[in-house]
Amino acid sequence: MSEEWRRLHPRTLLAGAAVLCGVAGGAALPAVAGLAGGRPLWQAVAWVLAGTALLVFAGTAADWVRLRRTRYRVGPERVDLHTGFLLLKQRSLARERIRSVDLTANPLQRVLGLVKVRIGTGEHTGGESTLELDLVTRTEGERLRQELLARAAAPEETGHDSALATLDPRWIRYAPVSFVAPALGGAAAGAVMQVSEWFGAQGKVIDWIGDRFQEVSVTWMILDLVLLATAVGAVGALGLWVEMWWNYRLEREPGGTLRVRRGLLTARSVTLEERRLRGIELVEPLGVRLFGAARVDAVATGLAQDDDDKHADLKNLLPAVPRERAERVAARVLSEPEPPTGAPLAAHPRAARTRRLRWALWSVLGPVALLAVLGLLLTPVLLYVAAGCAVVLTPIAVLFARDAYRALGHGVSGAYLVARSGTVRRSTVALQRSGVIGWTVKQSYFQRRAGVLTLTATTAAGTGGYDVYDTGESQGLAFAAEAVPGLLAPFLEPVHTPEARPTLR
Amino acid sequence: MTGENAVRLRPPRNAVDERAVTWWRAQLLVTTAVPVVVLGVLGALIGPARFWLLLAAGAVAVLGLACTAFFPAWWFRVHRWEVTDEAVYVRTGALWQEWRIAPMSRIQTVDTVRGPLEQTFRLATVTVTTASSKGPIRIEGLDHALAAELAERLTALTRATPGDAT
Repeated sequence: MSEEWRRLHPRTLLAGAAVLCGVAGGAALPAVAGLAGGRPLWQAVAWVLAGTALLVFAGTAADWVRLRRTRYRVGPERVDLHTGFLLLKQRSLARERIRSVDLTANPLQRVLGLVKVRIGTGEHTGGESTLELDLVTRTEGERLRQELLARAAAPEETGHDSALATLDPRWIRYAPVSFVAPALGGAAAGAVMQVSEWFGAQGKVIDWIGDRFQEVSVTWMILDLVLLATAVGAVGALGLWVEMWWNYRLEREPGGTLRVRRGLLTARSVTLEERRLRGIELVEPLGVRLFGAARVDAVATGLAQDDDDKHADLKNLLPAVPRERAERVAARVLSEPEPPTGAPLAAHPRAARTRRLRWALWSVLGPVALLAVLGLLLTPVLLYVAAGCAVVLTPIAVLFARDAYRALGHGVSGAYLVARSGTVRRSTVALQRSGVIGWTVKQSYFQRRAGVLTLTATTAAGTGGYDVYDTGESQGLAFAAEAVPGLLAPFLEPVHTPEARPTLR
Repeated sequence: MTGENAVRLRPPRNAVDERAVTWWRAQLLVTTAVPVVVLGVLGALIGPARFWLLLAAGAVAVLGLACTAFFPAWWFRVHRWEVTDEAVYVRTGALWQEWRIAPMSRIQTVDTVRGPLEQTFRLATVTVTTASSKGPIRIEGLDHALAAELAERLTALTRATPGDAT
C-alpha cells in the first residue's frame, strides 16, 4: 500500500507545450493572413511569432505551477488530491466508494507514455465526485486502476472466457449509415467555406464550383454537391470508426468489473463495476436499424455524471453490430443465459397508433396549410409547392407513425423489465426490476380521452428514468405492479364497471 | 399480466390545505401583474406604440385573470398526497396529470421549503429526493406545521428503512 504523496509526471509539461504549439500554429495561419493585409509580411510574421512564443511560454509556466502544486496519495482508506495555486482544493474520496477508474491517452500522450486517469465514485453530486489526474505514466495509471478496483472479489467463475466481445472488422460496414456520416459531410462543406473565407477566397471557391457545373442545371448541381458531401461524410465516418473502435475488446475482469478497451490514436480504457450495472440499452438508430444492426449501451449508476456530452461514449459497450450478435453480447454482459431484450413484448393499444398517426398528419398539415395561405395571399406558385409537399410528405409521415407504433412494447423478462420505443432512435431498454426506485404515471388531457398513459420507471442509473409510452391505462398499471411487486399495488383499485370503452378512437 | 381485472390508480388520501388555492391565485396574480405593469408603463411613456402596448397589456391581464379564476380550483381538486409506511404517493397537474410514487427505501433527502409568498399564507412545500436524476417529488401547499411534522416523520421512516437508495 503506497502511503507517500505522489506527483504528476514532469513530461506533462511537454504534452501541454506541444498542444499549445499546435493551437498557436492553427491560430497563426489566419492571424498572419489577417495582419498581412495592412503591413509587410515579415512584420506580420514577427508579430505572430512573438505572440506564439508568449502564449506557449505563459501556458507552460502555468502548467508548471499546476504540476508543482498538485499531489495525490492513495491511502488505505482514502484517495486524496491536493491541487490549486491561489484557491487550494483538497479532494478526498473514500476508497470503498470508488466505482470507476478510466484511462485515456490521446496520440501525443501515447507517444510520451502518459495517460489521464479519472477516478469516479458514481454519485450524482456533479464534479465533486470525480478525481482527475491530468497525466501520469501509463504504468502508474495501470497500477492505480488495479489497486483501486481490486477489492474483495466474489468467488470467481474460473474457466470462463473473460472476453465478452472483440472487434470484428466487418462491423465497419455499419459506420457509413450512422448519423455521423451526414454530420461529417456537412462539417466538411462548412470547413471549406470557412477556410476559404479566412483567405478572402470564398467568392472564388463558389465561382470555381459554379464553373465545374456550367453545363448542368441548378438542381443537378445541388444534387451532385449533396452526393459529394455524403461521400466525404461516409469516408470520414469510416475513419472515425477506425479511430474509435480499433483494438476494441470488452471483457469481464476478476473482481466483478467490466472493461472496454478501444481506440487507434486515442486509447481509451473504461472500467465499470458490475455492481453499478442496472441493465443495458439496445440502441438502433434509423440508418443502422435498416441494415439490421444495433449497439449496446450500459445503464449504470454514476456513469459520466460530471459532463455528459464530453464523456457520452463512456456508456457505449459495443458498436453497431448485427442485432442478434448485440443481444448475445448484452446477455453475456448481464450474465443471463438469454437476452432479456429478446423476450416477446406486449403491444400497446390501438389508441397509441391513432395518436401517432394524428401527430404525423398534423406535422404535415401545419407547414402545408401555412404554405397554402401564403400562396393564396402572394403567389400561386406556393400553392403547387404546398400540394407537392402534401403528396410527398404524407406517406412518409404515415410510414414513420406506423413504425413508431410498431416500436412500442413492454414486458417483464426474468429479473428485468423491458421497454421499447422510438423510430429515429429505437431503443430497447432492459432494466433490473430491483433497480427501479419509483414510478411516475403521466396522462395528458388527450391521453385521458384515449384511455392511455405514459409510465416512467425512475432509476438511479442512466438517464434517471425510462419511459413506456402510451400503454393502456389498466395494462400499464398492471405491468408496473407486476414488475416491481409491492410498490404500486397499495395505490391501485379495481375498476368495477369493466372497461367497456372501445379503443377505436 | 395480473389477471383480467382492470385496475386504476386511486387518488391519494389527503387533499392539500385550502389556503393553497389562495396562494396559487396570488402567485398567478403576481406573475400576471409584472408584465401588465411593464407594458402599461411603456404604453404610457411611448406615444406612437401606445395602442399596441396597451392592447398587449389588456390581453395579458385578461388571460392572467382567466387562469387565476380557473386553474387554482382545478389544481386543488387534483393535487393530493399520501404517505404510507412504504411509500410517498403524490398526484399533481391539471391538463397534464402526474402520479408519482417513491418507496421509503429509496428516499435520500427530505426538505421543507417556504417561499416568501408561501410564508404569508403559512404554507410550506415538502421536497423528497431520490437517487433518480428526474427530479424530486414535491408536495406543495401544506400547512407549515403539518409540513414540518411530515418532514420529520419521513426522515424517521427513511432512517428506519434499510437500503442504500440506489
